[in-house]
Amino acid sequence: MREVGGDDSAGRLVRLFTLTGGRTRPSRADFTLITTVTAVDPPPERAPRPQPEQTRILRRCARPIAVAELAAHLDLPVSVVVIMLCDLLEAGLITVHPPHPVTPRTPDLDLLQKVRDGLGRL
Amino acid sequence: MAGSDTTVEAAAPPDTVKILIAGGFGVGKTTMVGSVSEIAPLRTEEPLTAAGLGIDDLSGIEEKRATTVALDFGRITISRELVLYLFGTPGQQRFWFMWNDLAIGALGAVVLVDVRRPESSFAAIDFFERRGIPFVVGVNGFHGEHPYPAEEIRDALALPQHVRVLLCDARKRESCRDVLITLIDQLIADARKAS
Repeated sequence: MREVGGDDSAGRLVRLFTLTGGRTRPSRADFTLITTVTAVDPPPERAPRPQPEQTRILRRCARPIAVAELAAHLDLPVSVVVIMLCDLLEAGLITVHPPHPVTPRTPDLDLLQKVRDGLGRL
Repeated sequence: MAGSDTTVEAAAPPDTVKILIAGGFGVGKTTMVGSVSEIAPLRTEEPLTAAGLGIDDLSGIEEKRATTVALDFGRITISRELVLYLFGTPGQQRFWFMWNDLAIGALGAVVLVDVRRPESSFAAIDFFERRGIPFVVGVNGFHGEHPYPAEEIRDALALPQHVRVLLCDARKRESCRDVLITLIDQLIADARKAS
């Protein structure tokens, strides 16, 4: 853990707060760290004009990218990126691909074998 | 990779899965992620703010100044359709609530143990045991040296027989890959047993 002290961190928090329009929670639960998002290209005609930060996100997800990677590249907390992705999803500007479902009770042998083979090639 | 951007059609997004790399503070989690990841480890930081201060887990925090909890991760492309992410969990377990979806949907976990202070990984072992998340233990040797055999570490950590314990070197790609393969082999064996 890194500690950030003084005015810088306060300023950063204010900036993050502004990006999300004061919201601290996402409006929907579609996004995990490894959910993949992709910009809709071309954007729907009736979509609202994206804000500058939204444009940064859309540019980064021209090709499919996981939420965690997007946040790391944008240097923004995942929680903030998720709130902004909710807006983009509702505006029809991105599509969302959920992670492969993993349930401990019903393991997916085929999936595990694929991962095993892939690791074997490393 | 140069040039591939223009030649590849807008492909369907890959399926994603994840494995957690856990263990005490400074045990080599990020080193391990970096050793097997195809990209330099990425980091996201989550501000720990007043918004979260009502939560019991924060009781250990002495100061209410803004702090951040970092999460380092890497990626292994298995195929065009499947990508594996490796998440190095925050060293201090009490911050795991910041990443409440971290453990959900994980294939399993590697708990790294430092031979010099195995007790620093007790909390991680406890976390996965309680949640029934399959894990293997990787004993990361200091400078790659292993003064104790794996069985001695197992006894020191009071691990049940079904938990695999491997001696490893978090700095070495092959060593980390083998730990991951051991985890997947165990998952496959468990899956076969269950079906």
